[in-house]
Amino acid sequence: MDFDGIYRAEYGRCVATLTRLLGDISLAEEAVQDAFATAVEKWEKTPPNPGAWIVTTARNRAIDRLRRESTREARHAQALLLHAPEEQRETGPVRDDQLRMIFTCCHPALSPPARAALTLRLLGGLEVGEIARAYLVPESTVSQRIVRAKRKIRDAGIPYRVPGDGELPERLDSVLTVLYLVFNEGYTSTSGELLRTDLCLEAIRLARALAELMPGEPEVTGLLALLLLTEARRPARVGPAGELVVLAEQDRSLWDRELIAEGHELVRRCLRVARPGPYQVQAAINAVHTDGESTDWAQVLALYDQLWRLAPTPVVALNRAVAVAEVHGPAAALAGIEELDLPGYHHLPATRANLLARLGRTAEAVAAYDEAIALATNDTERAFLRAKRAALP
Amino acid sequence: MRQYLLAVQLDESERDAPEDEVRAMLARTGKVTDEMKAAGSWVFVGGLEHSDVSTVVRPAGGTTTITDGPFAETKEQLGGFWVIQVEDLDEALAWAEKCALACGQPIEVRPFGDPSLRQ
Repeated sequence: MDFDGIYRAEYGRCVATLTRLLGDISLAEEAVQDAFATAVEKWEKTPPNPGAWIVTTARNRAIDRLRRESTREARHAQALLLHAPEEQRETGPVRDDQLRMIFTCCHPALSPPARAALTLRLLGGLEVGEIARAYLVPESTVSQRIVRAKRKIRDAGIPYRVPGDGELPERLDSVLTVLYLVFNEGYTSTSGELLRTDLCLEAIRLARALAELMPGEPEVTGLLALLLLTEARRPARVGPAGELVVLAEQDRSLWDRELIAEGHELVRRCLRVARPGPYQVQAAINAVHTDGESTDWAQVLALYDQLWRLAPTPVVALNRAVAVAEVHGPAAALAGIEELDLPGYHHLPATRANLLARLGRTAEAVAAYDEAIALATNDTERAFLRAKRAALP
Repeated sequence: MRQYLLAVQLDESERDAPEDEVRAMLARTGKVTDEMKAAGSWVFVGGLEHSDVSTVVRPAGGTTTITDGPFAETKEQLGGFWVIQVEDLDEALAWAEKCALACGQPIEVRPFGDPSLRQ
């Protein structure tokens, strides 16, 4: 019996449902943890519907616990629980509970690091230690963030609900950003190993859940497509010695065909809706990269122009320069990034170094690589940049 | 229902606005207050004089001392406030957005403490 797998898959759903029943996230977590502890003792084999078993057990545990307490809130919560209808699994409420939980965890009144930590804990079921390792911060920092965020949800009155139409765009943006950041941290970790596959897979799992919950939001579809098309290339991204392999040099036969097909289908669905947003355009760029035997750079550049109109940020300008270099040559690309101001962002000097090297301006390229190496925090990326610098003529 | 303080964070290091701007600002904030009253969310509103007019009474060993003005490290001071009564933080934030746009200053949204602790 794969108990860990069941825990990972069911924890978030059960906490979301219990939070609706109890009106308190911390109580809900305690009740669900109690129920899993009971399951470890009682299950000889997996019950037909483990999630329903956990929810029912957690609900009964919570009622017992509330009976022993005599505060007004406890009596109130107990009354709510006793009159709540028996849970129907595989139906609307469970999905709605998770959606409400995603929006609660990603509320703009919480700090961005707290949003990410809370989402991974309450929806992904990751342990505090796992989140701390992923973000390379002390365990105590993560647990403080989570405790403080849960307290703020309760004491500041952050509602456990999906925002109304008027607030939705801003709030959904915050949700998409959290999932995107979780994935990125897995795809290029802040330091140490290049990849943290578990974070990538968790972000994809949550994005899939969100896309299923909100099929009418093209940016949600776009984010899922972007993550799938990026994930599809992961097997080719690290060479035999653990070294970074850039897109142009990747062995395309290693790419995950199924994920690419799914990603392309989602991009086509976005095109049919025709309400483009930054995640959809980034997904489209990745669809071009993964279409056929080589990248159609003119098409990529056209998409970057569209992305620039939707999100004119320095990072978009920098990424666009890579496409400009392929279409109009390195000199044009270099001119486009000279004015960019991205303090601490190693991709800027790394891109400059690459363009300078292609223009034969070796001394300047060495200096730019040195700058990039000093700024990069990931070992694999640093090794990649050192190798590029050493290969200069 | 919960009560929230919507506190105007006034940057006192900035020079006072001309009188007609102040009047226009007061007209805008007054309209938000009227809206709050119509929605049944309004509890209290008040504008404050600058913090250099305030006096602090401080406890010290069973007695008190009186000093002129606050010891303030920050430029931002409480400039005025609303107290509102709404369902949750989202409703409070929606009012705070209107208040911020009306008065042109940041608004801190802070929930009142649990009244059951005072029993």
